[in-house]
Amino acid sequence: MKKKEQPQIPTVDFSDPYPVFTEEMKKDYTILIPDMLPWHFELLIHVMRLEGYRVDILHNEGREVIDEGLKHVHNDACFPALCVIGQYINALKSGKYDVDHTAVMITQSGGGCRASNYVPLIRRALRAEFPQVPVLSLNFAGLEKGNGLQITLGFLLRLAYAIFYGDLIMSFYNQTKPYEKEEGECARVRERCLVWLKEGFSNGNYRKFRKNVRRLIDAFSAVPVERKEKVKVGIVGEIYVKYSPLGNSHLEDFLLTEGCEPVVPALMDFILYCIVNNLNDAKNYGIGKKTAPLFGLAYRWLYGKQKKIIRWTKKYSGYEPIHNFEHLRRCAEKVINQGVKMGEGWLIAAEMAALAETGTENIVCAQPFGCLPNHIAGKGAVRALKNLYEHENIVPVDYDPSATRVNQENRIKLMLATARENLRAEKRKKQSGSESPI
Amino acid sequence: MAKLLGIDVGSTTVKVCVIGEEGEVLSSSYVRHFSRVKECVLAELEKVRPFGARFRACITGSAGLGLAQRGKIEFVQEVQAAFTAIKKYYPDADAAVELGGEDAKIIFITGGTEQRMNGSCAGGTGAFIDQMATLLDLSVEEMDRLALKAERVYPIASRCGVFAKSDIQPLLNQGANKSDIAASIFQAVVDQTVSGLAQGRRIGGKVLFLGGPLYFLKGLRKAFCETLKLDEAHALFPENAPCFMSVGAALYAENAQEEDLDDLKKRLDAISDHMDVAIGEPLFASRQEYDAFIERHRRSDLQFEDVRKYRGDAYLGIDSGSTTTKLMLITPDCKILCSYYQSNNGQPLDIVTARLRDIYRLIEDRVVIRGACVTGYGEDMMKAALKIDFGVVETMAHFKAALYFNPEVDFIIDIGGQDIKCFKVKNRAIDSIMLNEACSSGCGSFIQTFAKAMGMEIEEFSRLGLFAKHPVELGSRCTVFMNSSVKQAQKEGASVEDISAGLSSSIVKNAIYKVIRARTPEELGEHIVVQGGTFLNDAVLRSFELETGKEVVRPAIAGLMGAFGAALYAKESTRKETLISSIATEKELERFSYASKSVTCKGCTSHCNVNVLTFSDGRRFISGNKCERGAGLQPPKNLPDLYAFKYEQLLALPNSAAKGKRGTVGLPLQLVMYEQLPLWTGFFETCGFRVVLSERSSRALYFRGQHTVASDTACYPAKLMHGHIESLLDQNVDFIFYPCESYNLDEHDSMNHYNCPVVAYYPELLRANNERLTAENFIAPYLDPNNEGHTVRTLRRALKKYRLSSSLIRRAYREGMRRMEVFHRRIVEKGQEILAEAERTDKQVIVLAGRPYHADPEINHGINKLLNSLGVAVVSEDAVFESANYVKVNVLNQWTYHARLYRAAEFVTRRKGVNLVQLVSFGCGIDAVTTDEVRSILEKKGKLYTQIKIDEINNLGVVKIRLRSMLAAIEEQIAKESAGETV
Repeated sequence: MKKKEQPQIPTVDFSDPYPVFTEEMKKDYTILIPDMLPWHFELLIHVMRLEGYRVDILHNEGREVIDEGLKHVHNDACFPALCVIGQYINALKSGKYDVDHTAVMITQSGGGCRASNYVPLIRRALRAEFPQVPVLSLNFAGLEKGNGLQITLGFLLRLAYAIFYGDLIMSFYNQTKPYEKEEGECARVRERCLVWLKEGFSNGNYRKFRKNVRRLIDAFSAVPVERKEKVKVGIVGEIYVKYSPLGNSHLEDFLLTEGCEPVVPALMDFILYCIVNNLNDAKNYGIGKKTAPLFGLAYRWLYGKQKKIIRWTKKYSGYEPIHNFEHLRRCAEKVINQGVKMGEGWLIAAEMAALAETGTENIVCAQPFGCLPNHIAGKGAVRALKNLYEHENIVPVDYDPSATRVNQENRIKLMLATARENLRAEKRKKQSGSESPI
Repeated sequence: MAKLLGIDVGSTTVKVCVIGEEGEVLSSSYVRHFSRVKECVLAELEKVRPFGARFRACITGSAGLGLAQRGKIEFVQEVQAAFTAIKKYYPDADAAVELGGEDAKIIFITGGTEQRMNGSCAGGTGAFIDQMATLLDLSVEEMDRLALKAERVYPIASRCGVFAKSDIQPLLNQGANKSDIAASIFQAVVDQTVSGLAQGRRIGGKVLFLGGPLYFLKGLRKAFCETLKLDEAHALFPENAPCFMSVGAALYAENAQEEDLDDLKKRLDAISDHMDVAIGEPLFASRQEYDAFIERHRRSDLQFEDVRKYRGDAYLGIDSGSTTTKLMLITPDCKILCSYYQSNNGQPLDIVTARLRDIYRLIEDRVVIRGACVTGYGEDMMKAALKIDFGVVETMAHFKAALYFNPEVDFIIDIGGQDIKCFKVKNRAIDSIMLNEACSSGCGSFIQTFAKAMGMEIEEFSRLGLFAKHPVELGSRCTVFMNSSVKQAQKEGASVEDISAGLSSSIVKNAIYKVIRARTPEELGEHIVVQGGTFLNDAVLRSFELETGKEVVRPAIAGLMGAFGAALYAKESTRKETLISSIATEKELERFSYASKSVTCKGCTSHCNVNVLTFSDGRRFISGNKCERGAGLQPPKNLPDLYAFKYEQLLALPNSAAKGKRGTVGLPLQLVMYEQLPLWTGFFETCGFRVVLSERSSRALYFRGQHTVASDTACYPAKLMHGHIESLLDQNVDFIFYPCESYNLDEHDSMNHYNCPVVAYYPELLRANNERLTAENFIAPYLDPNNEGHTVRTLRRALKKYRLSSSLIRRAYREGMRRMEVFHRRIVEKGQEILAEAERTDKQVIVLAGRPYHADPEINHGINKLLNSLGVAVVSEDAVFESANYVKVNVLNQWTYHARLYRAAEFVTRRKGVNLVQLVSFGCGIDAVTTDEVRSILEKKGKLYTQIKIDEINNLGVVKIRLRSMLAAIEEQIAKESAGETV
């Protein structure tokens, strides 16, 4: 289409002023970060601290947090916004922080989902009581210029390593914890790993990738375990409720108490997904052609690292490796087009398919009540997935401040009942199969 | 060997059964537990003693989980239990439907086993049926009996109880037949099960129906059989349907340890009530605090005059609300002569006539009624039936009454049975109005219904809450969620006191954080008047004061403020004091009677269900109609309505005479097609195809596609799309074309130009959920309409079967773009014409701002026509946004359609006589972002903001009140301004 001529139209400013996070604030401002992935974030904030930022992760929970969220967020906004804003306000009110020297930070994807509007939502929420608190945006879409972190290549590199290590800790922990002989051993190993990883970030050893991955594998492999057949349950869905214990009412813990092995796909997959979407846009629509080579470079580098992790995991341990992103993309193609790129988009469907192909057929698809991309790629894709994978057993669960826990847990229990039934059937089949080969 | 014992503890009932060695059911029971779960189970267990002293036991059910865990008893999920029992007793069943108290489940057995439960909304369950029965003031059994006598079925939103109530209330108020409503409720349950649960899988073959409601309710059974087209051989209603899950649990008990019944009971008995619910602060710390509170509020009282002695003039106010009717007779100096406050019981007209007769008896011939005025939902009907002089919109009535109590009032909040209304007042005029949305309605009456269910009067129930020690947190999204929270709290052992206080606080939180959306108490103002029947409840009043930290004024007649305001209005509007009200006299009342009949209006394609009341003197009153035509009137001529214009223009786009040498292409007229239809008709017609449109949207079309809806919380336009696809498939087009577009047209006024995720990717969902769609007959390429080169390549690939040349495609695409431009110009020009005409004739104009697809009459429910009937011209946002300036907003401005909203708002701020009403589809997550922003743009320039949320609910009553309130407030502003100018 021809570009319309742009007439000289004046712009009327309806925006409200807000404080900006300036370079000087770096010294004496504390930046608050909402809790999403406890172990990843512990490494991430360590990396940020090394950059000279003062950072704190919020671990506040409970009714007060949700209530603050309800007060300050539009009731149709999504549940993650409510949790995050609730945590901020509750923390700012707690008296623990000097509110004149505190900022809050959130990531922003810049995609077509409303989640990219969290920054304005947070500003609006803060305006009533804490107008002086700046909101920082961590994004790679060029939004909020002059109000984000100073991002250097070295910093990015360290963040990437931190995410890889965090993913590995999460993966190995989840694969070991359900089988540990001595209660708590696995958690102790995790703590110890975090300590030496943090040291590694301080002294530069973090780049000794092979050595560190190997060390993680060995640390978890050394935990004495008792292998027995357990139901594996994958967790997919909207990025926040998928990972955050506050968002999903401690879903991982619940699954552990139900005697299951939770399988939580890696955070790096979401980052690769965002990068691939930029590449796809350039390829399909010619949008962002200038930055595409950079994204391409980043993709190849990260994917190369991911492949190494997978290779090493297979070689040095009996653990199921993290997903291979190219495999995820092929999985997506079977169910949904990679053009579905808003929110978690095709990644949700891809993970559900990839989980089924790697032996985890039971899945909780966690989503905030009324999540838009999930209509399409979550609930909307279930049918197509079931046609592909006969035994795939998916339960979509809505998370909302007013939904009762009993209601959610009962649905998950139904999924688990089917899962156990399938496991038994599988066993029977194996036994009879060995007697009478087809 | 020990017998097997199955215990099913549901949200409302306990079921226990015993099974013998051969799998034979020896005994079974079904009792309501009234939230006393443990006691009830223990009592039922005592009854199985005759079958032995030792059992293997297993528990199932949503409320049984806690018992099983704490009592260390085997547990099985209830759907799994049912599945086990089905396999044993009905091995030839193909599917099973089970409705319980709060859950609905479906099990597909043949053709791929699948078990499903309803989502978080409790639509279509036993609790839903109970609620609806209460609303009709019937027992469930009576409702069932009535349903069998029904003659017609009304469409009722089935997805959730709150929505259904919004559909039913107006039917009741219009005097629709209760048996028809009862049948409609059952039909709604069926629709919910078929669409929400089955989601595209057809329920067929031998179907087993389980659970209490399906066993006891014949009307419900009938509705299921008819909808699923099942004959007697294929619809199975087992004798033990209500306790079927407990049978399944008993079968599961095979794996359990055998043990003494007494041991089992002992363990259950030892379970202590352990509160696992969030707890708030008590309402009053001490008795003194309470006394001071009561004393303070006693000051806001009106004076009374003895009606038995008074001689002189009087004015009558009637407030015909959704659930209650209020009447008040006052003297010219505003003293109360008498007042009434009564529940409608679905027959508001009967109530008003009865009370009016009482009034006439009381005043004898000493008092002359000079003027009468009616307000509320029933305004039009009462006015017609009883020849009442004036009608006033509710909000104005409430405002007038509040002003009487505190002339300095700057904030008014009214919580009635159904609605919550709030006004901000500036300079003694309404500055902004906030009304609750469908979702949060019914809070007030919820307490009442709940009190009734506990066997208490509302007064007693609310008094209990005042001194509760540990009020429970019950959430605030809606009454359905609250209801389920209450049940959970009860199971956790919360007392009635704690629940009563918790409910009061929930309602207040709902009002403050959802309706007013205040973040700090300062936003509310200094002089707050609270009113509405719900505030008579001291616990609610106290919760409000605690939550806001402010002392407020609650008039003693809080529940009668509408009637009082109406009476004041009658007094003000009666010009001469010698006039006598035209209201039906005592004599006329004696002869007064009426008959009601419901018919389908054939005035236009909307086919509204209208209700015709015929009065004894031959006059008629018609309600339920969306436009004047339904009321038997000619539509007012020449009132400009761009929505109707646009819709008709769109439908006329395809050239029906085209031969289509290459074949026929079907375009579904929904979502993005409302914008791009000119583009794609132009494209395909140039390429040599004949373009076929899907049928016009209607509720019936929606039901046709309902079985392929995957997510029932998506917006109504999206869900309607499923019907459009079915329509095209049935018209046997060669293929359906429906592109996926992440990006919309770049209009250069926003940071980015996305579509919303639903508009962008809905074809993916359709493809995945409609079995009839194939790669052959459904072409849904990914396009960016801004990029011609890419689009041409993509289309060539997508249509490769037809071997179209690139140059043809390019030419066709350019033709399409040209037609789109032409079409858009036509809309803009028409819009300009309307604006100019309105300015010339001094008419109000409303920019009805939504999305392109809101032009669909099934989606906007005729709100454009309603505005016309209120004397207002209507234009759409896409006709005006280009005349506006660019805007800089707080939010990330990155969606094409939404950027138009901001600019349309900017346009409105600069035009006199033009206002904006924003249409929001329920479930539109993105509008959670846009609404606040549009509001802030308008309010920064002193314009009123009005939002209307629309869904499949077909009830324009609330919308009408909202629009009239807005128009009244605008008029008042204009009057103030012109008064200011003349001074």
